[in-house]
Parts: sequence; C-alpha cells; structure tokens
Amino acid sequence: MNPDGKANERPGTHVGQPVLRLEDDRLLRGRARFADDVDLRGQLHMRIVRSPVAHGEIRSVDASAAEALPGVALVLRGKDVEELGTVPLEQIGYHEIFPDLEAFGHPLLAVDRVLYVGQPVAAVLAEDPYVAEDAADLVFVDYEPLPVVLDPVEALAPGAPELHPGKGNEGARFERRYGDIDAAFAAAAHRVSLELRMGRHTGMPMETRNIVVDYDRSRDHLSVWGVVHVHDTRRLMAAMLGMPLSSISTRPTDLGGNFGVRGGIFPEYVLAAFAARRIDRPVKWVEDRAEHLVATSHAREQVHRIEGAFDADGRLLGLRDEIWHNKGAFFRQAAPLITDITVGMVCGPYRVPAYDGRIHAVLTNKTPSGAYRAPGRYEATFARERLLDSAAAELGIDPVEIRRRNLLTEDDLPWEPGFEIVFEPVSYNSGDVLAHFEKALPAADLEGMRAEATELRAAGRVVGVGIGVLMDKAGLGLYETAAIEVDPTGRIRVMTGGSSVGQGIETVLAQIVADELTVDPGQIDVIHGDTDLIPDGVGSWSSRSTVIAGGAAINAARRTREKAFRIAAGLLEVAEGDLDLQGGSVVVRGVPDRRLTLAEIAAAWDGWTARLAGDEPGLGGRDVYLEEHMNYPYGVTVVQLEIDRRTGGATLRRFFTSCEAGRAINPLTTAGQVIGAAAQGIGGALFEELAYDEDGQPLATSFIDYLLPTATEVPPIELLVCEDAPTPDNPLRAKGIGEVGLIAVGAAIAAAVDDAVGVPGLVAKLPLSPADLLALVEPVRA
Amino acid sequence: MKFAPFKYLAPESTDEAVAVLGELGEDAKVLAGGQSLLTLMSLRVAQPEVLVDVGRAGLGGVGSGDALEIGATTTQNEALRDLSVRERAPLMSRALLDVAHHTLRNRGTVGGSVAHADPAAELPAVLVALGGEVVARGPAGTRTIGADDFFISHYTTALEESELLTAIRVPGPAPDAWAFYEVARRHGDFAQVGVAASFSVDRDDRVASARLVLFAVDERPLRIAVAEEALVGRRLDDAEARAEAAERCAEAIEPVGDLHGSPDHRRRIARGAVRRALEGVVRETG
Repeated sequence: MNPDGKANERPGTHVGQPVLRLEDDRLLRGRARFADDVDLRGQLHMRIVRSPVAHGEIRSVDASAAEALPGVALVLRGKDVEELGTVPLEQIGYHEIFPDLEAFGHPLLAVDRVLYVGQPVAAVLAEDPYVAEDAADLVFVDYEPLPVVLDPVEALAPGAPELHPGKGNEGARFERRYGDIDAAFAAAAHRVSLELRMGRHTGMPMETRNIVVDYDRSRDHLSVWGVVHVHDTRRLMAAMLGMPLSSISTRPTDLGGNFGVRGGIFPEYVLAAFAARRIDRPVKWVEDRAEHLVATSHAREQVHRIEGAFDADGRLLGLRDEIWHNKGAFFRQAAPLITDITVGMVCGPYRVPAYDGRIHAVLTNKTPSGAYRAPGRYEATFARERLLDSAAAELGIDPVEIRRRNLLTEDDLPWEPGFEIVFEPVSYNSGDVLAHFEKALPAADLEGMRAEATELRAAGRVVGVGIGVLMDKAGLGLYETAAIEVDPTGRIRVMTGGSSVGQGIETVLAQIVADELTVDPGQIDVIHGDTDLIPDGVGSWSSRSTVIAGGAAINAARRTREKAFRIAAGLLEVAEGDLDLQGGSVVVRGVPDRRLTLAEIAAAWDGWTARLAGDEPGLGGRDVYLEEHMNYPYGVTVVQLEIDRRTGGATLRRFFTSCEAGRAINPLTTAGQVIGAAAQGIGGALFEELAYDEDGQPLATSFIDYLLPTATEVPPIELLVCEDAPTPDNPLRAKGIGEVGLIAVGAAIAAAVDDAVGVPGLVAKLPLSPADLLALVEPVRA
Repeated sequence: MKFAPFKYLAPESTDEAVAVLGELGEDAKVLAGGQSLLTLMSLRVAQPEVLVDVGRAGLGGVGSGDALEIGATTTQNEALRDLSVRERAPLMSRALLDVAHHTLRNRGTVGGSVAHADPAAELPAVLVALGGEVVARGPAGTRTIGADDFFISHYTTALEESELLTAIRVPGPAPDAWAFYEVARRHGDFAQVGVAASFSVDRDDRVASARLVLFAVDERPLRIAVAEEALVGRRLDDAEARAEAAERCAEAIEPVGDLHGSPDHRRRIARGAVRRALEGVVRETG
C-alpha cells in the first residue's frame, strides 16, 4: 500500500514504490527495544572515570573510597586491563604501509598518561547507576599536567609536545598523485590558492553508545546487546579478550542512529565485557550525553591548503592539496581509512588532469576522531568548491560557468585517474555530472533565486546564493551476507549482515525480497545484529546497505526460489522448467489452479519429509553478494541565505539539493536519507562545533552549547532525485545515497555567504557562527 | 548524569513549606518545575542535601485585582495561556513564547524562573521592565520586594535562605506600549542578548516614562537609564531616538564573551536587538 492509501499501481512490483517504513510501527509507537531497555537479573552498572586534563601524567589512582562504598562491586584501573592491549585497528591493509599504526591504538584505560579530556581512566561497577556515579566521584586521580597541542598544523611543527613518545605526531601520511602536476602549474594562466579550515563536529545519534553484556560461566560465553557493527565488534572483542569467535554472540536490538560515529568498537565495550567475565555478572553501560560529547568519535576537523592551476578559459589543469587531518589523541579502528578517503575525493566530479594530494593524519590532545556521515567528502568538497568559486572570481566568470567547463561528462567515462581509495581503484563508470548539473540548476530555480537575492540586496538586505557540486563514493566493503527462511505460516524472515540504524533498511530489503518472491513486503521480517543467526556480515556504513545488503538479499531470495521450484516440481510432479512464481505461489505454467504457496512448500518440507528425500528441511536460502567496486553518486546543492546584519543570524531562505540515485528503491526513504543528511550539513556549516579552549578543555559539553539544528532552523528541503544513470555494476542498478545530501552543504553555504556580502572567496572556515557572520558583514558594509 | 544522593520533602501547604525551609536553612533547595535545577543536579553542578518540592504547596494560579498576581508554581504555559496575563502584562505573554520550548514550559514555573535568576532568562527581565514585585514568605512573615532590588547577581536574589518566593506581582494596568526582542542561537535557546521594555506615553504620543531592560549581558537584568532618558519626551516612531537609545545601550553594557561570541560581538548584537525591539514596539489601544 502506498502512503496515499492507494494500492500499488504495478502489483508485485515493490521496488521503486514509496512503501511506508515497516520499522516505523514500533519506532513511532515507542515499542522499539534499545540496549537501555535490556535489563538482566543481577546486572551491574558501569561508570567510567574520565580524564579532566588534556595531557598529563598519572601520578596515582586512589580508588579505596570508591571500593568501600556500599554497592560497589569492582573498580578497574589501567593496570588491571593493561595486558589486553590497545583496541586494534582494522586489518584492511594499512598495517603494511604504516608498520607503527598500532602504537596509536586506544588503551582501554589510561595507565600512566592521559592524552585528552574524556579519556577513560578507571571503570566502576556498581549495583545501580547512581551508586556507580557516586563511586566514580570517589576515585581520586593525581595528574601532572603536560603541555598540550591542539592544532594539527602546529602539532607537526618542531618542538610540539609529542603524544606518543618516540612516534611523532604524524600517525600516517597518504599521497595520491597522477598526471604531470608540475607541468600543469607551469602552463597555468591562472593559479589560485587558499587555506581553508573545517571545524570539529560529529554525529549525535539519539541513542548514545550503550552496551549490555551477559556472561554464561558454564560455557565461558558472552552475549552482547547494543553494538552497531556486530561482526566486526565480535571479532575485535574476541581478539582482545583472547576468546574464540564462537564464544561471543551479539543479540539484536533497535539502534537509535549511528551516522558512523558509534559504529566502532570502543574501550568501554571491551571493559564491559571484561568486567562481566571477571565478576561473573551481567554488565550494563549506558553512555550519558555529557560523555558522548567528549568520548564518542569526533570528526571533520581539517586544514586544507589547496591550489588550482587553470588555463585562460578556466579549465582545470591540475590540483594540489595539502591536508592536515586532526585525528585526536588516538587512532580508532577505521582512522586511516577516513584520511585516505579525504585525499582521494578532493577532485570530486571534475575533469582534473593532474593531481597531487598529500594528507597528514595528525595526533593532538583532543578526542579521537572517526567516521561521520560523508567522512572526508564534506571537508574536501568544501575546499575544492571554495577553490572553484575563487577561480571563477579571478577569471571573471560565473561560478556556474567554471563548473560547466570542468564537470565530468559521459564522454569522459570511464574516469579512472589511476589511484586507489581504501585499496579500491577509483573507477567512475556511469552517468554524466554535467548533464545532471544542467538539469538541477533550472529545477532549483537558480536564476529566480539569484534575481530575488539581487532585488533584496538592492533593498539593503544581505542575501546571497551559493552552489556546491558533489561526488560521493558509496558501497565500500565488497561483500554482504543474507539468509532467508520461509515459515510454514507464510511469514518470511530475511537475515541480513547489514545494520538497521534507522535508515529504513528493513523496508528496503523487504521490498527487494518481496519482488523476488512475489509476495507483499508486509509478510517479511528483517533480522539483523544476531551473530548466531547471521554468522558473518559487514554492516551498514559507506552508503552500502541498499546496494550490497540488497544484492545479498536478491541472491538469497533466488536460492529460496530455486529450492521452492525443486520441491514443488516433486510435489506437483512436473518439470522445474514448467513452473513459475506468481503471487507468492509456485504455479504450473498454463494450469493456474495447480499451485503451491511458498508457505505450503515450507510446511511440506518438514524434517521427516526432507530426511526421506535426502535434503535439508524447510524452505530458504543463504548467499553472499560480491560487489566489484564502489559506485559514485553525484549531485548539486543550491542555497539562498540571508544574514541578519544586526544580529549575524543566518536564515536559509531556500535549500535545494539533487542527486543521481541510479535507481531509488524507495522514494520515501531516499528522500528521508537526503533530507536528514542535509540537516546535518546545515549543522556543520552554521551550528555545530566541538570547540576547545587553549588548555584542551572542551567547551561544548552539553546540548546547551553543542547546537544541533532543529525544526526551526532547517528549512523545507527542495529535492530532485534523478534516476538517469543506473549503475551497471549491481542488479538493483542503484547508487548509495545515504550521504549525498550532506556533502556539498558546507560549500554551498560558504558560497552563499560570499555572494551575500559581495566578496568572492571570503569564507575560509566552517562553521560560521553569528559572530563570524557579523564580523564578515560589518567591515564590508561600513 | 545521575543525581547525587539527596532527601526529598513535599510539603502539602505553604505554611508547611515555609516551616520546613526555616528549619533546614542552607541545606534545602526549593524544587518547583525542575527544568533548571534537575539539569544542574544531573550534571552534579548542584548537589543539594534536601529538595523541598513546593509543587503541592498551593502556590499555583493567577489572580487579577489591583495587581496581576501569578502564583509561584504556575507553569509557564499556564501563564502563557492566561487571559488576564495577556491583558495586564502582554509583554510577559510575548516573552514567555521565548522561554525554552513548549514541552519545558509545561513543567517550568514562573516563580522558579524568577527565583533561579539566570541572567539570560526572560521572566526576570520582564518583571523589572514592568516594575513588578516579588512576594516572599519566611519565618518572619511575608514581604514584598521590588524587582529592581530583587535580582542581585548570577543565580542570586534578595531572597533569604529560609524564604520562599510565593508569587510575583505586576501592579497597575498594562503599559501604554511595550517591546521585546531576543537574540538566541536557535529558537528556545538561552538568550545571547534580550530586550524587554515598557513605556507610558503622553497625549502627544511622546514617551512619558520608560523602563528599558537588557538581559543576558550582565550578571542580572539591567535597566539602562541613559537609554530610557534618550527616549523620554520623544515619540516611539522617532528613528533617531531609537538609534540613540540603541547606541547608549551598547555603550552602557559590559558584556563578557563566551563560546558564541566576544564581548564586542555581544555589544554589537545588543545594539541590533534594542533597535529591533524599538522598531517593533507594541502600542496598546485605548
């Protein structure tokens, strides 16, 4: 059924339809079950004692008062867990390039040094969360403060305080080059260079990092609730605890958002598991928001020194970018990957003949950073689009025109510049960015927006229009798993290696399987997060679930169909080739009343019957989907913004964003993904900042000061989703659109501010607070 | 973000509440709607020994005689919906729309906000702008404190430790004209700067007297006498007078900087906010 209540116009075809989200029934009625809803008999509550100093030596840890408090079961100090080592980084190839990588891994608890405010120093386990917090206040730690370094450029200067003694503050450096960059700059008619800064902010899922761990001493087995990427977490947790994989199982819960920032395995998770095993009791850890702001992965903070070589007509001859990426005090599991992606995505959707990119992954005394929706792309797109705007101004051409001259077209395909991102060669092989651009601008009513802005400026208002063009990379991670079981009652269970984090994957997978099995999506239950049911999987990140988990679901459905045909052929005594699948039934072609529903086939194939036939009982199938390479969605963001010259407040009067989706499996969830991402892009450009003072004290320590855009700040998002360039690489022909809505927002807002003030290239940093905006507006108006 | 241990008392009458506070003195903290206090307790910034919940002490309700009197535990939304508040103190009704968010106003109380005396809060500024009063009861009896004398500093008022704020009062009819404007990062956030003002106007439509208050720029709501003087004797639609008042406000204040802006920025937006407020003056008919 469609949202308007009408039946589907194309019965049996659910892919492409705006099917209402199946998960919303429980999510919107408050019936979802999150980790914090899981309570186990005898559970202990964990509270982490965190460092209040940004850099210091630990002189002593005195937990005697905490241990003496009634209700306290255990206090863990750094030395108690030191032998478990640091949280290992992902083994995906970076260790070969950077042999010292593990030196930057995050310890479970600090032993003799702390490197950022919020770093776990001790863990208290108590009968209730109040006592745990009381006891945490009684753990007395004596710190000897050390000098701090917070800026990624300063951290690489000689004499900067070193975080990891003997290792330097550059944890990794990536260089990506192709073409003759020196020749490009030598031949350039115009050279433009900028230094740009992207502030530190991160995802703020409604659900913080939570975990519940149960311990079964009889089998030395741990059950874990609440983690996002279950297979990876299990793998790393098992490695750290020295347990076989089979001794850890994850249990499904609903997940209240992820956005990348809580997908990893964190010290707190391992501590909870370690403690449960050590004292043979269940352990629950619920992170509060104050902790989340200092201890969940931060993101974004980068400095770009970007330089472009242009010919006399504004065509790009070459790009250089040197980037300082502030990683914070330690490397999380996927830390090198985000740095790698940043330097790999600087050129974006443009025909750049030569490129020289270099990025430093820098350690500083701030919270460790990780992936946050569109990691690297939001930052790199801001830098590159700023450069194009400045170049357009220098050449005296319109920002639209300079993009028109440089965007990739179908004639450029396949665009294979000859380098890798996360060990996958960049190969952009479908679509036409320029054609999309030419379609998007009129759809956005760019001319109307500009004319109105001009009129308003003439009346003394500060209004401008800005454009950003983006390219994303989606579907990293090469494979995913799925299994299907048909219940004799007719319900169909789809078990996916993907993660349902609120993005709508349960609905999308149900649509995909519904079409393969000719049933209604409402008959389908999508299960995720249970490692006993789904022994392997990759999870939801990198806009990969629809394409890759969807591909796996198709394969599993086809296996299910094959088995249904095989069983039905025997039961109906016809050849398999004479069978067809219609309306959830296997039908003998030409004899419509000779049919068996999938439920009947499942019921018929009970254990005894299957045994006699020498077959596995039940109806279902499982498979792995292998993806050849990433896909590259692209899009355009256009905003019209007004600055209040008395207060510096910014209002987004218009907000348009487009994307090339290849194929939208569900237009509703597609729109939801793009709109949600756009709101986060607005946050990063105008509101959200994890600022620090000069001593390394975080300043945004609650939602009073960390400003998420709310319904009153996010304007209606005008949306254009195109299906002009289906990707040839996957059976759904879809591109991953979970992040596109975010990528060019910072760039477009910066350009709109330039335009409003009338100074191209004015904005050199994000986010822009009212104070920043007023400082930009006032000198120009005076 | 779990409270430190505390004792909880919920007196059933004002008399009992006053008696309990008299007994406990500085160990007690009054709990009304809890929308500020409980947050501070969650962060363990506040760790009171005893909470005295006055929610059942019979302090709610709005009365309208010679003065508009709003009981301390009247919720902000109750006050916002109240017709006599709208009639007698339209400035307060308007300002209440900017007090946090709807759901918080369902619990947050008028008396709680005034007694909490957050320098960025709207209601203390409105009370000063309207020449209102605070009614307090203690062991020695009931007294009335003028708003000008009530707010002393950050979270500090003229209330004695054992005194309970029982009501706020706004005397007289609605002012001839009033103004309100607030600058916040987002709707519902604490003010970066705010302006609340009331005016009496003579037969020639000139300002006879003015109370112009800035908030979130100092440790308490601040009347800016030099700006009031700039307006007295001039018409409210006199753009020059408005600009002069705004300029004088900007010069008169000494705001401190924070995460969201430097002292200079605060001064700048204060100037802008005063101009906006005065451009948007509401004239009561009659």
